[in-house]
Amino acid sequence: MLDTFLHNGVVQRVGQAVFTLFGVAVFVFVMLRAIPGDQITANLGTEAAALTPDQRASLEAYYGIDQPLIGQFFSWLGNVMTGNLGFSSRAQTSVADLTLQALPITFELAVLSIVLALAIGIPLGMLSASRPNSPRDAAGQAVGLAGLSIPAFLLATTLMSVLAAQFGFNPNGEPFARLFDDPLLNMQQMLLPALVLGFGVAAPIMRTTRTAVLEVTSDDFVRTARAKGVPPRRLQIRHILRNALVPIATMTGLQFGYLLGGAVVVEQIFSIPGIGRQVLLGIQQNEYALVQSTVLVIALAFVLVNLLTDLLYRLIDPRVRAA
Amino acid sequence: MTTTDQIPDVAPRRVSGRALIRAVTRNRSTLVGLGITALLATVAVLALLGALPSDPLAQDPPSRLLAPSPDHWFGTDQFGRDVFSRVAAGVANSVLIAVVAVAFATVVGTAAGLVAGFYRGFSDTAIGGVTNILFAFPPLLLALAIASVFTRTWFTVAIAIAVVYTPIFVRVTRGPVLSLREIEYVKAAVSTGQHRFMVMLKHVLPNITSIIIVQVTLSLSWAVLTEASLSFLGLGTPPPAPSLGSMIYEARTLVTVAPWTMIAPGVVVVLLVVGLNLLGDGLRDTYDPRKRGSR
Repeated sequence: MLDTFLHNGVVQRVGQAVFTLFGVAVFVFVMLRAIPGDQITANLGTEAAALTPDQRASLEAYYGIDQPLIGQFFSWLGNVMTGNLGFSSRAQTSVADLTLQALPITFELAVLSIVLALAIGIPLGMLSASRPNSPRDAAGQAVGLAGLSIPAFLLATTLMSVLAAQFGFNPNGEPFARLFDDPLLNMQQMLLPALVLGFGVAAPIMRTTRTAVLEVTSDDFVRTARAKGVPPRRLQIRHILRNALVPIATMTGLQFGYLLGGAVVVEQIFSIPGIGRQVLLGIQQNEYALVQSTVLVIALAFVLVNLLTDLLYRLIDPRVRAA
Repeated sequence: MTTTDQIPDVAPRRVSGRALIRAVTRNRSTLVGLGITALLATVAVLALLGALPSDPLAQDPPSRLLAPSPDHWFGTDQFGRDVFSRVAAGVANSVLIAVVAVAFATVVGTAAGLVAGFYRGFSDTAIGGVTNILFAFPPLLLALAIASVFTRTWFTVAIAIAVVYTPIFVRVTRGPVLSLREIEYVKAAVSTGQHRFMVMLKHVLPNITSIIIVQVTLSLSWAVLTEASLSFLGLGTPPPAPSLGSMIYEARTLVTVAPWTMIAPGVVVVLLVVGLNLLGDGLRDTYDPRKRGSR
């Protein structure tokens, strides 16, 4: 097993991910320092100007910002690694607690969106590929183009206002219900955001499916299967789709990673208290600790999902060897 | 949330002006894309020159929320401002930011990709490392985080978007450059004693123009979407400058009484992105070796 891992370049890939995460931490830290002002002005606002030099010095010592930058970086990194992500003064809770509350919600939304996207994207891609350059291909491609071109915020606002005004359907107007507290209301609240995100993600999945299916269809084994009389439906599913699954799985993994952090707009519009909304609130309320730590957590999730997809892909497909 | 992973597979090729025109005009959907893009680019230029029916910022409370009419083609908003003029100015704003952002990303990203692929070694490792780090953030989130650091002007928004899209250019150029450096005429040029840097500029760069052209077109559409999303969230172009994203944000409460306030900017932003996507897809199909001559 270990041998397989080494052979597939898995160890290198993991090492690269660790290096990337370290770089991400440096980047996030530098950005935190680039913001004008520090924790003192962020907390006291204009009153910070009234501090005597002694008061200021003792506050600086309290926040640790009198230390050299390198020292500050490693003590911050050490804190983050031990689960101390900082404190949100507005919410009066630790950022770690806030994140633990928000992450499962975003995760649920991402899973629902991906399921919808696959349900739309794969059949559509297969339909397009079944007769390239025909009207049905054009129709499939048009849906894909719409998915890529209609901004999520536009679709979300339109759906929400029209459904609320015409049918009085506005579950997102009520306080957010967690999945295990009120599953019915939770599903109603997740329906529209998952549809909006799923439609956007369906487009790249549809395009990947179409290209992969077209590519596999021209392979020799498909011709052989057709020649020996495999029924068309069975040929499409068992022979063609199965072999086209690897690129589709890769694309799905990538999109899932985006959804974990990229759902900012949709979470904001539908008042879903997920991780994206947490970042946005942090930005709007100048809570730098909240923003930086959450961004770091999201990047971590993103890198991990990509790494997992990559590893799965290497294990599933024996043809993939470290080039 | 747009997909930075959709890096098109394009063959390295030198592009002549005439071949480019032929490529665009041969395919109907590419032509449609070009038409839409050209139309909206013209609107943007006119708006930048100030040739609009009325001042996009001028308020006129008595004539607020008027339906579309010959006086106000797209109606008026809640402050009596002319929606058509605002949409046109919003297109100009979108196009300006997208062009500046993509220009920056193209120059920096292509230069980095060229150097990484051509010189290999330490520069390759360093550039690859930075690229991986930037790729570790979901695109919109990275743009949000960067935009929140600076005092907001249209230029800082453009730079935030540029940083997000630069790594894509590094990645699409580095691969082909790696294979180009092994080609005989490049090796020959180096062995005749020409400076390696000049060889890179004269013999390698011209051969990746097709890749860059396709990437520029697709990136423009993503940049328009990103700018609109940032503005919608209130972190894009600062008010009162009209932006398509912030117009849609303001219209969300008016949509039942004055639907035109949302329909006009909504349709235009979709058109702009569709146009650029059609153009980019068409160019990619033209230069994609796997699609050429097939089916």
